[in-house]
Amino acid sequence: MKYKTWKDLPIGAVIPEPGSSVEYKTGTWRTFKPVIDQDKCIRCLLCWVSCPEPSIRRHEENRVSVDYDFCKGCGICANICPVKAIEMVSEL
Amino acid sequence: MSNLNLIKTVKDIPPEEYLAPGHRLCAGCGAPIVVRLALKAVPGPKIVVSATGCLEVATTIFPYTSWKVPWVHSAFENAAATASGIEAAFRALEKKKGAKKPKIIVFGGDGGTFDIGLQALSGALERGHDLLYICYDNEAYMNTGIQRSSATPKGAATTTSPAGRVIPGKLERKKDLIGIAVAHGVEYAATANPAYPVDLYNKLLKAAAVKGPTVIHYYTPCPTGWRSDPSRGIEIARLAVQTRIWPVYEYDHGTWRINIMVKKPKPVEEYFKLQGRFRHLLQPENKWLLEEIKKDVEENWNRLLKLAGLKT
Ligand SMILES: Cc1ncc(C[n+]2csc(CCOP(=O)(O)OP(=O)(O)O)c2C)c(N)n1
Ligand code: SF4
Ligand code: SF4
Ligand code: SF4
Ligand SMILES: [Mg+2]
Repeated sequence: MKYKTWKDLPIGAVIPEPGSSVEYKTGTWRTFKPVIDQDKCIRCLLCWVSCPEPSIRRHEENRVSVDYDFCKGCGICANICPVKAIEMVSEL
Repeated sequence: MSNLNLIKTVKDIPPEEYLAPGHRLCAGCGAPIVVRLALKAVPGPKIVVSATGCLEVATTIFPYTSWKVPWVHSAFENAAATASGIEAAFRALEKKKGAKKPKIIVFGGDGGTFDIGLQALSGALERGHDLLYICYDNEAYMNTGIQRSSATPKGAATTTSPAGRVIPGKLERKKDLIGIAVAHGVEYAATANPAYPVDLYNKLLKAAAVKGPTVIHYYTPCPTGWRSDPSRGIEIARLAVQTRIWPVYEYDHGTWRINIMVKKPKPVEEYFKLQGRFRHLLQPENKWLLEEIKKDVEENWNRLLKLAGLKT
């Protein structure tokens, strides 16, 4: 990102672009990554509804996948999954 | 309220997201869960007002924002007053120009709601502004380093109620926010918890359908401030309910309901042992406080049973 000078900034520190935080990839915070076993997954969406980022993507027929650009590796999804379909794998 | 489309399972929650990732809330923070759900549940155009606090700071780090709806922050103490002004302005626009009034949603932390923002909230409730006020309660002033608030529960250690030789954590009870809201004559007020997302979502639907002020008091896991494992936030949230420490109930047009009935409560120790802020309560010298807390929990549960017209 190219930094702006004060002359380029909108008056009143208004942020004109909605949802622009996607330019900031919080996935770099992670030390463990959630890996979903699609064969075990029963598509209950509990991981999806409980992810704080959100970085569990919801697809057709309620399939889910992890968006590693933003997942911070908190482990909530793995902990909440009723069939233990998510494993936290070390990235170190 | 009869034409409300209440949901039955998590699958009924709409997939669209109005809070973008890339925010800087801690890993495992419980605050964004209610934000995501509220922005889905409130139909049509909406404007969000945030009080100063973790949620506000971490979702709007200049030049970025995570909000995909119009959003405004003015100060720590006046979110409800800011929201009142916006609502009143739109009411005037509606009358004069036929503009459609958006729903105003307010997010305030426990410090911003129970303490410094209580006066502004009281004014907004008393004047009857059409707004949904959501207090995301992580039980302390987290953004400034875990200071106690009037929502911090008895026994919790914070940096201004540290557990040690002098005191075993905070000695005072948590303030009753729902009681305060109902005393103002609001039509709908409820507690809600991320471990029960269907209940939480339906409450947001019910609150949004009211023309007038409503209050949702949302239990917010905070691994940083509670010194707990970030992966266990929802598990801790469920234990808070299952031990009867944090009952899930609502006041709905004159009727009180306990939404998550807890017939056989789990021992409070199970909840306390997962959080550093409470761990000292399990030491023998603090047994007296643990017993006092157990009594408080029982008293509060019996109070709610009575309100709900159930036998104690
Ligand atoms: C008038 C005023 N006093 C103090 C502060 C400093 N301050 C910023 S955030 C905050 C704590 C907010 O606590 P809470 O409302 O519980 O939200 P949390 O950070 O826990 O999410 C404080 C004290 C401020 N911004 N304005
Ligand atoms: S580990 Fe946490 S941030 Fe990552 S997908 Fe799971 S719940 Fe979301
Ligand atoms: S919680 Fe587990 S079973 Fe449910 S959708 Fe997620 S991965 Fe699948
Ligand atoms: S300190 Fe607590 S409330 Fe604040 S961002 Fe971190 S986890 Fe969330
Ligand atoms: Mg707080």
